[in-house]
Amino acid sequence: MRITQGQFSFLPDLSDKQIMLQVAYALAKGWAVNVEYTDDPHPRNTYWEMWGMPMFDLMDPAGVLMEIAACRKKYPEHYIRVTAFDSSQGWETPRMSFIVNRPAVEPGFGLVRAEGDGRRMNYTVRSYAADRPEGSRYG
Amino acid sequence: MGAIGSVREAKDRYKSGVIPYAKMGYWDGDYQPKDTDVVALFRITPQPGVEAVEAAAAVAGESSTATWTVVWTDRLTACEVYRAKAYRVDPVPNTGAGTATEAQYFAYIAYDLDLFEPGSIANLTASIIGNVFGFKAVKALRLEDMRIPVAYLKTFQGPATGIVVERERLDKFGRPLLGATTKPKLGLSGRNYGRVVYEALKGGLDFVKDDENINSQPFMHWRDRYLYCMEAVNKASAATGEVKGHYLNVTAATMEDMYERAEFAKSLGAIIVMIDLVVGYTAIQSMAKWARRNDVILHLHRAGNSTYSRQKNHGMSFRVICKWMRMAGVDHIHAGTVVGKLEGDPDMIKGYYDTLRESRTAANLEHGLFFDQEWASLNRVMPVASGGIHAGQMHQLIHYLGEDVVLQFGGGTIGHPMGIQAGATANRVALEVMIQARNEGRDIWNEGPQILHDAARWCKPLQAALDTWKDITFNYASTDTADFVPTATASA
Repeated sequence: MRITQGQFSFLPDLSDKQIMLQVAYALAKGWAVNVEYTDDPHPRNTYWEMWGMPMFDLMDPAGVLMEIAACRKKYPEHYIRVTAFDSSQGWETPRMSFIVNRPAVEPGFGLVRAEGDGRRMNYTVRSYAADRPEGSRYG
Repeated sequence: MGAIGSVREAKDRYKSGVIPYAKMGYWDGDYQPKDTDVVALFRITPQPGVEAVEAAAAVAGESSTATWTVVWTDRLTACEVYRAKAYRVDPVPNTGAGTATEAQYFAYIAYDLDLFEPGSIANLTASIIGNVFGFKAVKALRLEDMRIPVAYLKTFQGPATGIVVERERLDKFGRPLLGATTKPKLGLSGRNYGRVVYEALKGGLDFVKDDENINSQPFMHWRDRYLYCMEAVNKASAATGEVKGHYLNVTAATMEDMYERAEFAKSLGAIIVMIDLVVGYTAIQSMAKWARRNDVILHLHRAGNSTYSRQKNHGMSFRVICKWMRMAGVDHIHAGTVVGKLEGDPDMIKGYYDTLRESRTAANLEHGLFFDQEWASLNRVMPVASGGIHAGQMHQLIHYLGEDVVLQFGGGTIGHPMGIQAGATANRVALEVMIQARNEGRDIWNEGPQILHDAARWCKPLQAALDTWKDITFNYASTDTADFVPTATASA
């Protein structure tokens, strides 16, 4: 199983050079880039942990690469994503988001079905890995 | 053309009988529209013998306060405020003497804000496209554009969700969304229908969609469809780790039925429902309010619009529908593909997309936009490109339509030779590789085919899609095109 969140999950994993070019695109647009990580990649887990603050005044994409490298070193078996924030009026939201690190084995999710009346089914998407406590879910 | 004046003396103006509309006060060549006026631009083909100014005044009259004869009861009102005023008439380029088309005129008409009920598309349209379109003094009439004042926009809810919040809820940024309409449109059982939904979503699409005429028919009743589709959506979400959706069509015979269907969809966890344009403006506004209250995205299929938007001399432009639908509050609307099977001139479609997505649009005659329009923070509407498009056109689609759009590949997903999942994967890979290339600064317009070819080397489904549809294009002349073309100006 391969989680396909983010802009580029259907492509082969991006190289550092490819990541750098995407970050350069974001910085050229004036967007602030940040790095986030998690071991709970549920599709509705909005708040991944922040690897520091968004890099608001950064000009050089190499700085983001350094942060990604440091985050990977500490959390090699976590999901890590890069998000670019646009502060302009009428947007004020992420404009890019893509995964730059993922665990070697991705067990994925199961579907929990709760039968109701009238053939109704209530579904819950449950992460196999998230049964274990945070920090000990992968690897 | 300002020489024609109103009859100023009240005694003469209100004498019983018939006087020309231009003389009744519906023409004022010196009028300066107020910031709070609604302004409409009509294309008028006058009947033979009717002067352009009189025809414009007649349209102003019949779309506001006038009737065919003088009535003394006007004098009980502040009638000069309530009279719409035609204030400018321009000949349409390439019409009239010496051309193949009979003379047409663009007439600018201003309406005082107090002519309209706050927050009601039905009321606005009852005046602007009401009786006047059957009026005998004009041979044909087309509403080309409108300038909606901020003061009026602020009385409308606008899109229930909008592009920004839709993307935040879906957790999908920086690329077009991908969809497909289940095919065949009619005849599948609920169980078989859900199969198509599951395969397409698991393969990489974000959305699947009911077609406009799938409601509740003998082969598949609505509850059955909803139950199977939501099983498919949830299974695909678990299989990919992504938020997925299926636009369940809640169009029905009555509002009560539509609410019942929408409530059931919501109770099953649907993030989006859809309606058809044919349900009418009031039903659309009702559903937009329901969608805002219930955190559900509202998709609109523009079924019926070409009945009155396609021909240039009569009806209304689709850009006006776009404006009304942004006010009415839908989140998605089909707005053309440029390259696909349905009508769509690139310049006209640019005008529609800008109208739906931008915070303000400047007048741009080549794109069919006659007025500056400030959108007063009404949410942005996500345009949907659907009809005869395939993965091999990805660079053209992104070039023309940008990234805030839903690209819907129905046949281009379900008709894939390796199956529906493979079809979806081909589209998703083509999309991601093209966005990646664009962001890297590559010239996708020219390099697009090579970029797709390179990706197809490691993605067999993409190779099969390119092989199957490589030469498919729909190159027919558009009927609805710009009246103004850029002309070279001498440089100083």
